[in-house]
Amino acid sequence: MTQQIAEIAISLLLVIAGIFGLSGSWGLIKLPRLMMRLHSPTTATTLGVGCVLIASVVRSWFLEGTQTWHEILIMLFLVLTAPITANFIAKAHLHRHREEERDLPDSGTGRQWATFEDESLSVLPEMTKVGPPDR
Amino acid sequence: MIAYALGFAYACFGLGLVMNIWRIFRAPGVTDRVLALDTMVINVIALIGLYGISTGSPVYFEAALLFAMTGFVSTVAYCKFILRGDIIE
Repeated sequence: MTQQIAEIAISLLLVIAGIFGLSGSWGLIKLPRLMMRLHSPTTATTLGVGCVLIASVVRSWFLEGTQTWHEILIMLFLVLTAPITANFIAKAHLHRHREEERDLPDSGTGRQWATFEDESLSVLPEMTKVGPPDR
Repeated sequence: MIAYALGFAYACFGLGLVMNIWRIFRAPGVTDRVLALDTMVINVIALIGLYGISTGSPVYFEAALLFAMTGFVSTVAYCKFILRGDIIE
């Protein structure tokens, strides 16, 4: 009985994962602007991978009887790094299209985007003084 | 039943991989290519996970973890290169 429920749960999770993964990659092609396209891989595809890994966890716990945590580790890593990569790509995009201003969305606050704002106040990297060694 | 669901998921992620490759070749800008590469890494991780489920061996999850780490570092390095023209300043 438990085995049957586990099989149904695994199958459902795999189908949901396939749909989410496909919609993430489809959104990457279909959506019109890069700021919109950023959302599909970082949310839909990450959710699809998460469903695959949860299915694997359920399989190893209920069908094989071994308790593994590797998959949770991968999921945690992906969930932590997806916003960072999205932020980096958005920043690169904003800085590349600063001059022509054609593809930039409105920031919605009446001011410009925060990555442009404090350029005069930004901290420049300072070289450490090269002196004679202490010894 | 798991076999059919596995086949469906394999087909979906494989099709997604093909879409990403098409996007890499026909992209409006260089940041789109970086985004497509990042999505490709995530899809490959899903394929490795599916293969691990279908063979039942836990070895493939170390490979998936390595893929995730390499993909993250490479995306950040690409974006840094686009932003500054240099990776390690």
